[in-house]
Formats: sequence, C-alpha cells, structure tokens
Amino acid sequence: MLCDECGKRPANVRLTKIVNGVKSESHLCEQCAREKGELELFSEPNFSFPNLLAGLLQHEPGFAGAPVAFPGGATSRCRTCGLDFSGFRKTGFLGCPDCYDEFRPRLEPLLRRIHGSTRHTGKVPGRTGAATDTRREIESLRVELSRLVAKERYEEAAKVRDKIRALEKNLADQA
Amino acid sequence: MSLGDIIDKTSSAWMRADAPSADVVLSSRVRLARNLAGVLFPHQASEADLAKVAEQVQKAIRSVRGLADLVMIRLSETPALARQILVEKHLISPQHAQGAAGRLVAIRPDETVSVMVNEEDHLRIQTLLPGLQLEDALELASQVDDMFESKLDYAFDEKLGYITACPTNVGTGLRASVMVHLPALAATGQAGRVLTAVSNVGIAVRGLYGEGSEATGNVFQLSNQVTLGRSEEELVDNLAGVTKQVISQERGVREKLVRERRDQLEDKVNRAYGLLSHARLITSEEALGLLSDVRLGVDAGLLPGVDARDLNELMVITQPAYLQRIMGKDLGPQERDVRRAALIREKIRARKEGR
Repeated sequence: MLCDECGKRPANVRLTKIVNGVKSESHLCEQCAREKGELELFSEPNFSFPNLLAGLLQHEPGFAGAPVAFPGGATSRCRTCGLDFSGFRKTGFLGCPDCYDEFRPRLEPLLRRIHGSTRHTGKVPGRTGAATDTRREIESLRVELSRLVAKERYEEAAKVRDKIRALEKNLADQA
Repeated sequence: MSLGDIIDKTSSAWMRADAPSADVVLSSRVRLARNLAGVLFPHQASEADLAKVAEQVQKAIRSVRGLADLVMIRLSETPALARQILVEKHLISPQHAQGAAGRLVAIRPDETVSVMVNEEDHLRIQTLLPGLQLEDALELASQVDDMFESKLDYAFDEKLGYITACPTNVGTGLRASVMVHLPALAATGQAGRVLTAVSNVGIAVRGLYGEGSEATGNVFQLSNQVTLGRSEEELVDNLAGVTKQVISQERGVREKLVRERRDQLEDKVNRAYGLLSHARLITSEEALGLLSDVRLGVDAGLLPGVDARDLNELMVITQPAYLQRIMGKDLGPQERDVRRAALIREKIRARKEGR
C-alpha cells in the first residue's frame, strides 16, 4: 500500500484518529507522518504518573488558585531550592529533599491519598539512618520504663532509664 | 567489559529459560529510588550539581569492593543507537536514554544489576532476574543499596522514609515488577478481566516497555502501586502472591486449550512457527505477536525442538535499534523488516541444525 499523503512511498504508519466520536483511518509513510507531526504522539509518553498526579492537583479545590501563605506565615517557596508549590502542582515533581519539610502540611493529605499512609515502616539506611534506629529504640524503651514504674519494679526501671540516657547521649554525640 | 561488549551480547541473564515459573513469568525486577541529602533533584539541578552527583557515585563504585565490577557508561558520550539498545535490553528507561549531561548508567556485566544515575532520582538501583524471583531480586537490590549507602549520604526522613523527586515513590522507593506472558488468557478474551481484578488490589498493569506503552506480544508488566506505609518485604510478597494467582489462571486456560482445542492450538502455534521460519518481511510488532504464539506452543509442549531461550533473545534482537546494531548501519523501515525476517530464519535454522 502506498502512502495516502505523497502516494509515492510505501505506507508503514497506520493512523487511527477519533475526533468528536468520528473514527478515521489513514495510511502514511514514516516521512509524511513525521512532517504532519503525527509521530510526535509516540515519541514522548504523555501519559505518565507525574502528569497524572499534576492533573489531580490541578483539580483539587484546596490546591488550586494563587500561592497561598502557610499557616505559620511562611511563603510557599522552598528555602533550599526556591521551588514554588505551584511548580510542584504543574509537574508533580518536588525540587529537592528539603521540599518535603517545607511543604509537609500540604503533602501529607496527598500522600495519604496516593499511598493510604504517611508513615514509612520499611528499611532504614544503615549509616545515615543509625539515629532513626536509636530513636525507635528509645521510644520502645520509654514504653517499657513506664510499664515497669507502674508495676513498682523500680530496680529494673532504673536500668532501663540508664539505657535510655546512654542512647540519648549517643544521639547527642552524633549530632 | 565495555559498553560495546554489553550491547553486542545478545543474551542476558534474565533470558534463562530454566528459572522458576519461566513458562509464564519472563523476568522479575526490583528498583530502589535513592537521593543524596542536600542536593537538588536531577530535573532542578544545575549541570554542575549533576556532575557532582555523578562524581560521588563514581567514587563510591571505585572504593567499594562489591561495586567495582560495575561498568560505567556516560550517556551523553554514547551514540543514540547504543542508548536505544540499552532501553531495548531493559537496562535503562526511555527517559534516561535521552542522554542529557550528567546522566550515567552503571551495569554489572551479567546485566542483573544496573544503576541509573541522575534519572528522575539521583540513583535508581535496578535488579533483573529471570522467571519469578522477586525475593532474590529484592535481596540483591538491597545489598547494592547498602554498598552505596556506606559511601553516600542519602536523603532519608524518619517519618517519610527514602525521599524521592516524585511523591508517588516516597517511603521505600521500591518498584517491584514482573513481566508476564499471558497468551492463553488473551486468546480467550480473559486477560482484561484478570488484569482489572489485579489492578484492584494495588497492582499496576502496563505494556512491555513500561509506562505509556501498549502490551505487545501478550506481555504485560505487573508492579506495586504504593511505596509508603508497608515494608519492602510486604510489597514484594503482595506482588508475588498476585503473580502466582495470575500464573495459575494462565496455566489453567492453557491446559484447557490443550485438552479441548488441541487442533486449533497446534494449528495456531505451527502457523506462527511456519511464518517465522519462512517470512521474508516482518515488522517488529508482527514478530512479537508470532513469537508469543510460538512460545505458547513451546510452553505447552507442542513444539519440541524450539528453545524458549532463543525466543527471549529474538524478542530483544528483533527490536529496531538492536537490529541496526547487528547490521552495523541505519536501516529504513522496509529494510529493517527484510533484515529482521532474515535474522529470525537464521536463528531457527541454526537451532534445527544443532548449532
């Protein structure tokens, strides 16, 4: 079959278009398809997760409109990278790791919608996350401490208290 | 081992046909997204920032013994055709292949590990294993992750976990996926039903080359949707559990077809085999479709003498960029179809003659 457009080269792109519910089919050669801009549809994946996310944000009443001031009076710009929250709304990408701190109150409802959660329960990095492990341990020791105190087992409670103090000192030294 | 060696090698570790559940699952993949603390994400970063990230990663690779065998490839210095081949081999994403400055990929020579640097996130650690081996793929990825972490300061938040450029990946940064071949479900019009059910339990379904691609050759990709609030092991277990159910559905229909429609099935797979053995012009889409039919025949025991490993290899080497690499020059679409058909005939003949 020859190309519908130039009638010279063999057609190797089948183009199906649906415009306002009307389906049309044409057969083009690669060159004519490219010239007509029809191949651009395929060269770039337009439908991606970030785009979808950005779309969600555009239609979210709470997110739409002009830049809104933070409850604390801060602006909606990240202090590290300068990203405006509306920039995130457009692209679905944050600018830098610190954006998560800057925009946390606005991101949390979104994270809950995407993941159904706002709390990481998985892997903790061995070196940079050592403090996290320590803090998780201190938390559970505190629970243990109040349990022992409630049962008036003071000797054991004192040992747990000393352990907590040692861990807290470790944390302070690391910082 | 160099870039040239990697792209010239037509078979990869993930193509092994003797892996667990390889009759339905082509490969298992795990990807971990990681970023460096205090550094802008790649899409916002300056060229100098990107170069710095690349430098730090290269330093880590040189100084950690377990990473030393990774082959570093600078995409900005890599020809477009070679980049496209890396995509066709599933070693880098189509986005990464655009090859902007500062983009790297580090690949283990057996191609089980590839690390994209400065893609959407600073680091994307990927592991790719044949068949259904999600747990092993996770363990391998986690080991590589630990090795990088011993030298690099990751952006990690106590509450939100690993920080990523897009909030859809935050937490574990984990995307686990399997490529499944579902010809029997597709042929009996049941693939849609099964895949819709799967998408209702937090699993995303895509075509062969990931986001935005259609399912060609009845190959679908299943992956976890959520990354935050569950551990890596839970996410992988969930995907593995769902995949096992899809496998048993597909096997059930295959057995039924062999039992009740043996003539039609034998006709279909042998026709496909005949076309592949004799066609003189073949598009990559048609080739993938026929390879799917032949694979079904092999897996159902109807085509003795055809090796599933060859089919995996043909799936990759009949892709446009690979074909041009093999032929050593740019080819027009029609010329590609001629060469592709010739390549397939040659492969089949070689197997028949026991070469």
